[in-house]
Amino acid sequence: MCTPIGLRQQPIHRRRRRNRVNIIVCVKQIPDPETPASSFKVDEAARKVIPAQGIAPVVNPFDPQATEAALRLKDATGEGKVTVISLGPDSARDAIKHALAMGADEGVLLNDPGFEGIDNFQTAVALSKAIQKLGGADLVLMGRQAADWDMGVVPAGVGQILGMPVVTVAKAIESTPAGLRVERVLDDGFQTVEVGLPAIVSVSNEFGGPRYPQLRQIMLAARKTVQVWSAADIGLGSDETGAANRWLPLEALYVPKVESNVEIIEGDSPEEKARNLAQKLRAAKLI
Amino acid sequence: MPGILVIAETSEGNVAPISYELLAAARQLAGQGAGAVTALFAGSEAQAKDLIAHGADAAVAATSASLTGGTAENYLPVVEAALAASGADIVLLGQTSLGRDLGPALAFRLKTAVAMDCVELKIAGGRLRVTRNAYGGNARAEHTWKAPLQVATVKAKQFDPLAPDSGRTGSVTVVDTAGDSRVKVLGTSKAVATGIRLEDAQIVVSGGRGLGDPSAFRMLEELSSLLKGATGASRAACDLGWYPPAQQVGLTGKTVSPNLYIAVAISGASQHMAGMAGSKNIVAINKDGDANMVKVSKFAVIDDYKKVIPALIEEVKKLA
Ligand SMILES: Cc1cc2nc3c(=O)[nH]c(=O)nc-3n(C[C@H](O)[C@H](O)[C@H](O)COP(=O)(O)OP(=O)(O)OC[C@H]3O[C@@H](n4cnc5c(N)ncnc54)[C@H](O)[C@@H]3O)c2cc1C
Ligand SMILES: Nc1ncnc2c1ncn2[C@@H]1O[C@H](COP(=O)(O)O)[C@@H](O)[C@H]1O
Repeated sequence: MCTPIGLRQQPIHRRRRRNRVNIIVCVKQIPDPETPASSFKVDEAARKVIPAQGIAPVVNPFDPQATEAALRLKDATGEGKVTVISLGPDSARDAIKHALAMGADEGVLLNDPGFEGIDNFQTAVALSKAIQKLGGADLVLMGRQAADWDMGVVPAGVGQILGMPVVTVAKAIESTPAGLRVERVLDDGFQTVEVGLPAIVSVSNEFGGPRYPQLRQIMLAARKTVQVWSAADIGLGSDETGAANRWLPLEALYVPKVESNVEIIEGDSPEEKARNLAQKLRAAKLI
Repeated sequence: MPGILVIAETSEGNVAPISYELLAAARQLAGQGAGAVTALFAGSEAQAKDLIAHGADAAVAATSASLTGGTAENYLPVVEAALAASGADIVLLGQTSLGRDLGPALAFRLKTAVAMDCVELKIAGGRLRVTRNAYGGNARAEHTWKAPLQVATVKAKQFDPLAPDSGRTGSVTVVDTAGDSRVKVLGTSKAVATGIRLEDAQIVVSGGRGLGDPSAFRMLEELSSLLKGATGASRAACDLGWYPPAQQVGLTGKTVSPNLYIAVAISGASQHMAGMAGSKNIVAINKDGDANMVKVSKFAVIDDYKKVIPALIEEVKKLA
């Protein structure tokens, strides 16, 4: 179980001024999800994506939005601390640095050869252990899904493992006396929910754009501490790490074939092309 | 005795289309030796017949009021109970708001994995093997499970519902367990959809960031209503506030597979394609002939939509 710190222990009338909110944000570094299909390559034998030439990895686009949510809540409640965790290779330090430059206070990089090729489920276990090692949090913020595997399971996973309630796909988050009021995006509209702390919230793109780090903050971020923890540091055994211990084994990875049979509609003017298109669609009984 | 538990969803008293699709997928797996199909749904016994007619061997009606408009936490105990009673080793959910929440929560609770947004499912060597999109649709991944219980959410429109067979019979049981949720629902607002639902439309006209101007959607709406279709949008357009998120097509939006999909000023990013690649016929209207959307189209007009769409509207009116 997570230890709640801050918010809930404060007498209500003092909350505005004396609050110390303790927030953890999880950020993942991934290959740029806007990589054009033509540059996207897979090593089928190794079941791995081959990094595209000249396209640097990025922070999962939903995660800076989660960081933004954390910073706004910290600002709104007064005092507090925002800690960023990323599990990944050495380069994932850049994802942490980005969040620190946005204004987060401290970073933790979970880095171990045993993390190579692990799945989202093993990741959820590792993040949970790291959150416990940090002493828990009032709030853990994540992205709605990581745009590499597009699973969207880690928030629920950490919630189940640490016994914290989970609210997913958040569009707006507001601190209330009872905890948080969250507006969620549903398939066909929106839902407003309330949840007590500690809790986990995953943030969606509808939340709005994150702040851009300013030069001064980028320089300040260089001085903020980033601890590096191995699997053993967070108490993970060798039977929990490594691709061999995936919960969801990856049997095959390949690029689907797409054939192009496009007919470009001719015409001397846009209007003529439009007329020709309408005729073609009618001839094909599509309209 | 293994089997398949389908988490069916109802909306406004009716079984949701995704549930029929799940039943069709489950019947396919049953045909490959996966065992009997049990459908769990929150609702009245009346809907049980409908689920059985569409492929379930048995139905479990969860009648607790706390499930209506509830959250994943409310559902967990009832799903666990149904799972224990049915002995199923496969759980199928839709890739919907509910499935996105409940699938992962259930899997972690029962110490197994969930494969999200699957597009193909089969039984191989007595075990479930699924195919899903990864990297926004740039890659396909195939998975199996380490633990005995296999949980999967299924993408919309991948399986055609079976024709209902009212001669099919099956047992109907009622459970009234439900859990408390630490997440309290304060309110829900439905997106006001005018006209045909995006997912049901046979013709969809979608607009993207290249429209450059939210008012251009009025033009697209005029075209789609002339064609008796629906209007959709790319995420870029929704993020700009030009169109409601409920009309977003793609990986994190709606999945559509109309007979005709007209993509106006949409580049065709893999995450958009993930929501409409199943369309029978695609038309691209784009000023860039190299746009990915053009490549996957049947017909493409390479020009400025501002001139093309008004002329297309006029011509469609003439043809009508
Ligand atoms: C995890 C994740 C999930 C995502 N989910 C979705 C999703 O569900 N749905 C979705 O759509 N996107 C999604 N995206 C975003 C996606 O990657 C693209 O950024 C987005 O689809 C681009 O939208 P667009 O095609 O409208 O804009 P752009 O890529 O900017 O394309 C605009 C197009 O308009 C054309 N154009 C410009 N002016 C004109 C003109 N006057 N006439 C004709 N054509 C013109 C241009 O040539 C260009 O092709 C997701 C991204 C991530 C990372
Ligand atoms: N390796 C990781 N390191 C840090 N956070 C992660 C990692 N993987 C997933 N997350 C968090 O979990 C969210 C959902 O990821 P996923 O469930 O993998 O789609 C992401 O947006 C991150 O906030």
